[in-house]
Amino acid sequence: MSMLRISGGRVIDPANGIDKVCDVWIENGKVAGVGTLKGKAAETIDASGKIVCPGFVDMHVHLREPGQEWKEDIASGSRAAVAGGVTSMACMPNTQPRLDHAGVVRQVIERAREVGLCRVHPIAAVSKNLEGKELTEMRELVRAGAVAFSDDGRPIWHAGVMRKALEYASTFDFLVIQHAEELALTEGGAVNEGWISTQLGVSGIPAAGEDAMVARDIMLARLAGARYHVAHISTAGAVELVRQARRQGLQVTAEAAPHHFALTEDEVLNYNADAKMNPPLRTEADRLAVIAGLGDGTIDAIATDHAPHHEDDKRCGLSCAAFGVVGLETLLPVSLDLVRGGVLSLPELIAKMTVNPARLLGLDAGTLGPGYPADITIFDEQARWTLDREKLFSRSRNTPWHGRQMTGRVTHTLLDGRVVFADGAVVG
Amino acid sequence: MTPLKHLFGIAELDRYQIEYLVNLGDSFIDLSRRPIKKAPTLRGKTVINLFFENSTRTRTSFEIAGKRLSADVINISASTSATKKGETLLDTAQTLAAMQPHALVIRHSLAGACHFLAGYLPSTAIINAGDGAHEHPTQILTDLLTLKHAIGDMDGRVVTIVGDIAHSRVARSHMLAAQRLGYHVRLVAPKTLLPAQVERYGCQVFHDFDAAIPGSDVLYMLRVQTERLTSNCDFPSIREYHEAYGLNRHRLEAAGAGALVMHPGPINRGVEIATDVADSARSRILDQVEHGVAVRMAVLTALCGGGEE
Repeated sequence: MSMLRISGGRVIDPANGIDKVCDVWIENGKVAGVGTLKGKAAETIDASGKIVCPGFVDMHVHLREPGQEWKEDIASGSRAAVAGGVTSMACMPNTQPRLDHAGVVRQVIERAREVGLCRVHPIAAVSKNLEGKELTEMRELVRAGAVAFSDDGRPIWHAGVMRKALEYASTFDFLVIQHAEELALTEGGAVNEGWISTQLGVSGIPAAGEDAMVARDIMLARLAGARYHVAHISTAGAVELVRQARRQGLQVTAEAAPHHFALTEDEVLNYNADAKMNPPLRTEADRLAVIAGLGDGTIDAIATDHAPHHEDDKRCGLSCAAFGVVGLETLLPVSLDLVRGGVLSLPELIAKMTVNPARLLGLDAGTLGPGYPADITIFDEQARWTLDREKLFSRSRNTPWHGRQMTGRVTHTLLDGRVVFADGAVVG
Repeated sequence: MTPLKHLFGIAELDRYQIEYLVNLGDSFIDLSRRPIKKAPTLRGKTVINLFFENSTRTRTSFEIAGKRLSADVINISASTSATKKGETLLDTAQTLAAMQPHALVIRHSLAGACHFLAGYLPSTAIINAGDGAHEHPTQILTDLLTLKHAIGDMDGRVVTIVGDIAHSRVARSHMLAAQRLGYHVRLVAPKTLLPAQVERYGCQVFHDFDAAIPGSDVLYMLRVQTERLTSNCDFPSIREYHEAYGLNRHRLEAAGAGALVMHPGPINRGVEIATDVADSARSRILDQVEHGVAVRMAVLTALCGGGEE
């Protein structure tokens, strides 16, 4: 098979410590090398003036298939992913049926292979039917292809069940990902509890609900000697708890979603249901704490918590609207603000979107090392565009960034060395 | 003054608009005291009262206000409406709007219900008759009319609001009105019944009712939802609540001689207010009810035309 050359871009591959203007060579769908190679390219992609990096790894998405395909399915979610530069994504188990049996996990993986745009790695349920009572067959689920465990959408609320989940999972070195929320404090809430919820007259979700659950879980992770990962961390308190736990040598990790480091609760002041998600947009102090956590390494990864919802589920008033926003297609431009704001260098940012989540999930992804699958994203750091929700590749339109200026845009996405997205269009 | 298109809340009104509506309401009081309680102001206008929450006084008040001004008034309550059949709030409102009423008066448990609907109903005036714990503007305009009669200029006066502030749309609307009209609000409640950071409205927060009484011009008692007692652990018993936060004769005497008692109703006798206080000469509770009709006439007139032209 012939070689493909991506020429003249600034190649940033944090996994291998590479940051230089050079070529990337691809042969048989694998990375053949980075730099100058003796060979002749049958085909060349000109990446001059652009960034070339490993395809993004999004460790937290909701693809809604099986069960809620009117919101999203694996095909539409994969198109949104590659349009956003994501080549590997981990999908959460709150589908219908749940990803709590090997058969459903295999079905998702097979469907994603048929679609062939983006790698899809299921995160299986911790508990059967996400009820928080009985553990799933974790070894069987991993054999079927699950890469981690979570009851996302709901916390593993019962401390005894969480302890056992952490103990059992860590016996086999499986990762447990917690949607950290003390339901007794948060149930019925729609937005962050505080001045905004008071003015709106809407029930609040206190930051203490997230803090309390993270604090409890850290105690349990210590007790169990387990790896523990906090999904979509959103409060200053939770960030500090994770920071302290890591200082003590615990295997505690965390991810942050772009909306939590880019937006605050002010977005919901006009009862905007497209800015409603769980955990909710918090205060400016929380936003800055999440940014500080990204800056000092407390937060390992950026993950979108892409949560598509049909407009019917959003168009019923703030309190009863579904939680969630789509995020795959805004991941890059929103995250680039961290570089423009001086929080992270571009290689540091890319690490949080590639090699870091790949390592947490044990994926052969997020690297341009020779012999690895040539999953590559090329983007223009400076390109300015306006987000139009009608032009999203996702089946759903629930974005808080509709009509806003974006800076930074994916121009090409390659999976296994094959162009799957180029110049605004999904290929294949 | 900019003509009003909707009435969502006090938040959208400035001082002049508030005073205009209160004064217009004042001019309507007399109509309800005449032997023939009818004026042609809103003849040919259609007003739909769409109530998704139980309400006797507010709905009746709007109905009487509309009818005395010769509007055609239709009442729809949630128990008889299509929402029981799964029709959404939006579908119900859009369906009614398609019948071309001049105004939709809406009460709903969803905070922001009127903001939400207004985006989809471009040509219908929407009047908020209470949306969740958000706002209840016609109640506050009513109270301001009562206060205009009882006190006069509110600048520098002190309204002490006691009770379940957390779930009270009346308290929120009052705090917004106070910012615009220059009166002071004191809030009195246990922490369990106060919303987060409520002091940012610029009000004073008290946990001790007796400490808040001196200097109060109005003791404004809120209805306690006794069902909150067990389901929310908001307070341990009615007995203890009444002892700590109920308005009794002793507390009324501790207030100045001119201090007034108000309540948005319906009252729980023996809970937030003792019977003798509710029925005392200091109580303006029934004035509030009477003025409610007049203020709602003013709101309907301002929004349905017939007043400005």
